[in-house]
Amino acid sequence: MTKFVQLLLQTLTLGSLYALIALGYTLVYGILRFINFAHSDVVTFGAWVAFAIAGALGWAGTGSPVFAMPVVMILAMAASAALGFTIERLAYRPLRKAPRLNVLITAIGVSLLLQNAGQLHALFGKDPVKMPRLLSEAPLFKVASVQVPWVDVALVVLTVALVIGLQWLVFRTKLGQAMRAVSWSEQTAALMGVPVDKVVSITFMIGSALAAAGGVLYGLKYRQLNQTADALWMLLGLKAFVAAVVGGIGNVRGAVLGAVLIAFIEVFGAGYVSSKLPDLFVFGVLIVMLLFRPAGLLGTATVEKV
Amino acid sequence: MSARATPGFAGAAVRSLYPIVIGFTLAYLMQTVVAVSIGDYYSKILIDIGIAIVLGVSLGIVNGYAGQFSLGHAGFMAVGGYTAAAIVYYGSIKLFGTKAIYGGSLGPGELLLCAGCVAGGALAAVAGWLVGQPSLRLRGDYLAIVTLGFGEIIRVLIKQTDDVVLSEKKVAAASWWSLMDNLGGGFGFIGGPRYIDAKNPFWVWLFVVVVCLVAYRLKYSNRGRQLLAVRENEIAAEAMGIKTTKAKVSAFMTSAFFAGIGGGLYAHELGNSMRPADLGFQKSIDIVIIVVLGGMGSISGAVIAAIAVTLLPELFRSFAEYRMIAYALALIIVMLLRPQGLLGLQELWEVEWRAVGRSIVTAPARLARWIATAPARARAALRAAADRRQEDRP
Repeated sequence: MTKFVQLLLQTLTLGSLYALIALGYTLVYGILRFINFAHSDVVTFGAWVAFAIAGALGWAGTGSPVFAMPVVMILAMAASAALGFTIERLAYRPLRKAPRLNVLITAIGVSLLLQNAGQLHALFGKDPVKMPRLLSEAPLFKVASVQVPWVDVALVVLTVALVIGLQWLVFRTKLGQAMRAVSWSEQTAALMGVPVDKVVSITFMIGSALAAAGGVLYGLKYRQLNQTADALWMLLGLKAFVAAVVGGIGNVRGAVLGAVLIAFIEVFGAGYVSSKLPDLFVFGVLIVMLLFRPAGLLGTATVEKV
Repeated sequence: MSARATPGFAGAAVRSLYPIVIGFTLAYLMQTVVAVSIGDYYSKILIDIGIAIVLGVSLGIVNGYAGQFSLGHAGFMAVGGYTAAAIVYYGSIKLFGTKAIYGGSLGPGELLLCAGCVAGGALAAVAGWLVGQPSLRLRGDYLAIVTLGFGEIIRVLIKQTDDVVLSEKKVAAASWWSLMDNLGGGFGFIGGPRYIDAKNPFWVWLFVVVVCLVAYRLKYSNRGRQLLAVRENEIAAEAMGIKTTKAKVSAFMTSAFFAGIGGGLYAHELGNSMRPADLGFQKSIDIVIIVVLGGMGSISGAVIAAIAVTLLPELFRSFAEYRMIAYALALIIVMLLRPQGLLGLQELWEVEWRAVGRSIVTAPARLARWIATAPARARAALRAAADRRQEDRP
């Protein structure tokens, strides 16, 4: 029972983390129909910027104030949003009408650039660092003799809040209406007076801010920040992407569902089947999904038009 | 291309031997003349270039001709490399009773190496068929992700294997089947003989010639044109009666075959480690850079890019930190300014050098004009934006 509750808790936290990152993939895909390969690097950037900010504000030690975590998080999200805006403006916008393969290669180029620029001595350097403890170490409460730490609760609550906020934004505001219009048809939206460029920019900024939130929470939970070109970050992004595809890419609710599902498979697969091969299960799910239901769980199948 | 009579069976058989004959001649010259005269250091760099050419040209078949974006080339390389390493190391013990039997040029050790590379290529082609089945029903980005996932799966699987069996007695006693699990895990395949070094570049150059000639002949063959048609417009290609799935899968398998051979060569080059960590996503990206920079669909372009990508870090060792940044910027800039890659679909000898020369000569003047008119253009853009705002106001 203890093990089960423990795994369930892990599923929830990991699923929340994947959901935050998957939302960025899904938002960008929904609007521009391309996979933002550099998204996982924005996550990395968010985590490292949070580390730098916490250091600059003198909260690297233990006794940081209560408001430290929200402040660091908001600043990191703002910085990542700025980064996302810059990437879109400089690298992706000139290729809006280009074949998708070119956009994909550019995205890989951007990803490589961020990874390796981050490793420069002047920026974050090549050594892994320990993220400062911005949240209390003491467990918040206990469920079936499993201690639930603050950071897990923060992760889940924050993710739920951000997802609800996003849902509201997409379906209840004028901006969201514009986003959905652009996603439906860029040309028609432009003819109806929707400022397409602005909407795309804002989408990128929202996605990047969510990615940064994911990155910061990752850092707070696992503490260890590897160098920016480490394969671990890419794997994190890749799994979030698989979650977005499984849920139905372009679908906000689908991304959350897929994230929880992927986390469930990974955690319970590692817990009960084999602890060595969790990645294998995740990619297996991706391939099975693409074979039998390429549109994902909640996605609607699109007919390829001539 | 002028219309040619279809060669008969005998003619076809002779023509299909060209790559081998030319390859043998060139590789023999490289081994006996070039490698001796230029010294070990440069010979070693040439070998690295050769392996990069094999990998780049093979990826060019699927990426350039067929327009299918694969990010799992290092995965195929790993399949071929580990197969070849296992065959050469364990096979050497089982057949000859010793770990490293070299036996000189075309001796038993080298023949085993050749057999290992070809077997590795064959297994990689089977892997290519397996990956091609689900993923070639997808397009563009999805294919990239699935191939990436495939590369990761291969890496995870290899990491789970046990250590290499070092004792010759134990190897001789064990069955082939049980040895398949002894690939070295995370530490890599250590202890295998290294038959390719600065003094023995023969096999690398043989396979370089074979892959280049096969890719070249494929490009101008019926099948190659089918692939180009698929790349330009899949629906139109299908309407012209091309079996697109079959064409794509065969391109994938050919590419994987040569990637496997490239992996086999890589595994037996002195100084390379066969660790799963070295055959990951990063390696795939390195190969993609060669193809994209050289020109998608150009063999000579891939060769030039392979030379440049291998040589530049050697020339500028102090810039090692900036190497990947420079590649990343080069990728982005090439995609923005010349999306088909430097040479595009053309080969070096098909480029109209006169037009290139003219554009280079006039480049400064055009740049000056562009800079001179920049303020005016910026003003016009600002004015247009202001006008739009004015119109929007109710």
